[in-house]
Amino acid sequence: MSQPALRKIIPIVPAAQPVGESLYEAHRKIYPRSVSGRFARWRWAFVAMTQLVFYGLPWLQWGQRQAVLFDLEARRFYLFGYVLYPQDFIYLTGLLVASALSLFLFTAVAGRLWCGFACPQTVYTEIFLWIERKVEGDRTARLKLDGAPFSLEKLVKKWFKHILWIGVAMWTGFTFVAYFVPARELILQFLQTKMGGWEIFWVLFYGFATYGNAGFLREQVCKYMCPYARFQSAMFDKDTLIVSYDPARGEPRGARSRQADLSALSLGACVDCTLCVQVCPTGIDIREGLQYECIGCAACVDVCDGVMDKMGYAHGLIRFTTQNALAGKWPAARMLRQVLRPRVLIYSAFLGVLCLALLWSLMARMPLKVDVVRDRAALSRIVAGGRLENVYRLQVMNATEETQRYTITATGLEGLAVASEAEVKVGPTESRWVAVRLQIPYGSAQAGSHPIMFRVGDESGHAHVEEKSVFLVPR
Amino acid sequence: MSDFTENFWSWYVAALTLIGIIGSLVLLWATARKKMPERSDNTTGHVWDEDLRESNNPMPRWWMWLFVFTVIYALLYLIAYPGLGAYPGEMKWSTRGEYEAAMAGAEKELAPLYAGFSAKSAEQLAGDANAMAVGERLFMNNCAQCHGSDARGSKGFPNLADSDWLHGGSPEKIKETLTLGRKGQMPPMAAAVGTPEDVRNVAQYVLSLSGGPHDSVRAQLGKSKFTACAACHGMDGKGNTAIGAPNLADDIWLHGWGEQAIVDIVNKGKINEMPAQAGKLTEAQIHLLAAYVWGLSNKAPAAKL
Repeated sequence: MSQPALRKIIPIVPAAQPVGESLYEAHRKIYPRSVSGRFARWRWAFVAMTQLVFYGLPWLQWGQRQAVLFDLEARRFYLFGYVLYPQDFIYLTGLLVASALSLFLFTAVAGRLWCGFACPQTVYTEIFLWIERKVEGDRTARLKLDGAPFSLEKLVKKWFKHILWIGVAMWTGFTFVAYFVPARELILQFLQTKMGGWEIFWVLFYGFATYGNAGFLREQVCKYMCPYARFQSAMFDKDTLIVSYDPARGEPRGARSRQADLSALSLGACVDCTLCVQVCPTGIDIREGLQYECIGCAACVDVCDGVMDKMGYAHGLIRFTTQNALAGKWPAARMLRQVLRPRVLIYSAFLGVLCLALLWSLMARMPLKVDVVRDRAALSRIVAGGRLENVYRLQVMNATEETQRYTITATGLEGLAVASEAEVKVGPTESRWVAVRLQIPYGSAQAGSHPIMFRVGDESGHAHVEEKSVFLVPR
Repeated sequence: MSDFTENFWSWYVAALTLIGIIGSLVLLWATARKKMPERSDNTTGHVWDEDLRESNNPMPRWWMWLFVFTVIYALLYLIAYPGLGAYPGEMKWSTRGEYEAAMAGAEKELAPLYAGFSAKSAEQLAGDANAMAVGERLFMNNCAQCHGSDARGSKGFPNLADSDWLHGGSPEKIKETLTLGRKGQMPPMAAAVGTPEDVRNVAQYVLSLSGGPHDSVRAQLGKSKFTACAACHGMDGKGNTAIGAPNLADDIWLHGWGEQAIVDIVNKGKINEMPAQAGKLTEAQIHLLAAYVWGLSNKAPAAKL
């Protein structure tokens, strides 16, 4: 009797001897066909919205200054009414965590919505493609033009397209820099040809990146560089909305006459027109199922619905659906009910709590910061009048845009008093170091280290900060 | 520039670096030549665990040229900059050189600012808010370590913000102190004063000079012995700034208050040193610092300027 195998042995099938393909492939240029429809309109709405904000924000004024300005040299970030210090870094952390959670949430609910509609890579590619289409024509015309031998017309069209592209790219670079150098100053510097070296570098750098990414790299950024595609499977489940072809309805695919009665043919609804492949910005065939290249832009949904209209078939051969809905032939309502599943609820709860906390902390934020540093030289000294003195350096940071007078007090020990100037004037958005001397009557406290508390408050009493430190009494 | 103990290690590092770079190139060349079997399902043909297949998603060819570019870049870098063992590179770049260039650049940039400061007197500078802001930063970086960030010193380190001066408080004297440093020296005086009892009596007398709490009987006894001290500190105990002898008649106690502290100093003497700053700071910086320190105890009149 043979011994039963403890473990199933799975032989590794060796690869056949190499013959064909290289590990590297020549890049095949993709000529996406223009598409119109419900989702295309959404995409253009997102392009308009995001770019209105991006290109417009540097021109918005808030009082005497730019509403949103990241002054790296002075280390102050201006956000509408707020003046943020490097110490406010926590808000950036919060923003990034909230962004990551939103991405998880949207991905769990509806896949790569971000990629298909709002990602700058998609948005700028869309803008550049629009220019390309206006100059060179749609897919067929572009294919023909690229295949045609060199001619004056080709030269003019190509040059014109690149000049327009570079124009948009440079304006994008300029806008980027205008978040760090006030836009109104920057344009003046530019007009007077007095722009600084670093400003020129960053305009060119960001402009060149835009030109290269949106004009040439396009879907390759998504396929080879962006990590999102690679970890999307960790955030997807069978209830995630994905752009999907319905093979049960579509197969067997095949061409047919428009007059033919579908029920009389042994064919599915797919007429195999390949339009879904032609419009795809990443060049895949959605009918092969979910692929990592799919950015969820739904261009194939729009174009297929158009074909279905022409054929007189129902919409939705390619549609936003879920794997469960597809397998179980669920109606839309049943599918949408699945949105309220634990994963989505947990992401939403985290996101909601974080957003509320961020909002609350911004509302409650004191426009004043204080840092207490004990003096580096003198631990403690005895001064005239038989008093014991400790010295501190206080960094007082004014996060308002007016000059403020702050009063410094200290508590925590009997008879503790501020012996130096207790009032300090700090200019708008400035930070000042002041030496503060604290005294107690000699002998009023035991030798050792005593916790004390500094309190710095403005005149109105609105802004006040408490900071801990220690008072040292020598033996 | 070589920090290698032996020349061998320099060659060893250089060889390892070059072998690494060339190895990458060979690996790239080998993989670029490798052919995958062409299959209709676009997999490499490897199958694991019954049904796991490896898809063949080749990189774009331009990506490979980026690798080649990095190799060329690495070689050019190693020619230009130090990296191959002890070889300093054609550009002769070093962190020390960069530091020196940056310092020279800063000095050049600050020269007009300091020229403006040097043209003014200390009294004028003390009233110039901008000069005082620069002076404060200089003080924080060069003086605060001993004298404290509020310049009020601590035991053994004089208070610079009061009007008591060991060596004179005029801007010129302060400048002299900064440039050349000071060495305060009090010799052990026990023998000259007399018995240990005499020393204690003198200590009581010194305490009485500033009107603090003291034993008046013993102070009276100590008075006659104070003549040994008067040579430097003066008969009235008010000191002598020409030789740096402290004023004993004010209520300022640099090295500690009380009989015991005074007895210790009389018995053992005291040497206290302020180091010369001439080699560390430029003349213009010393001029500005002198004005800043002078301004600490002469605020009121200068503020009007």
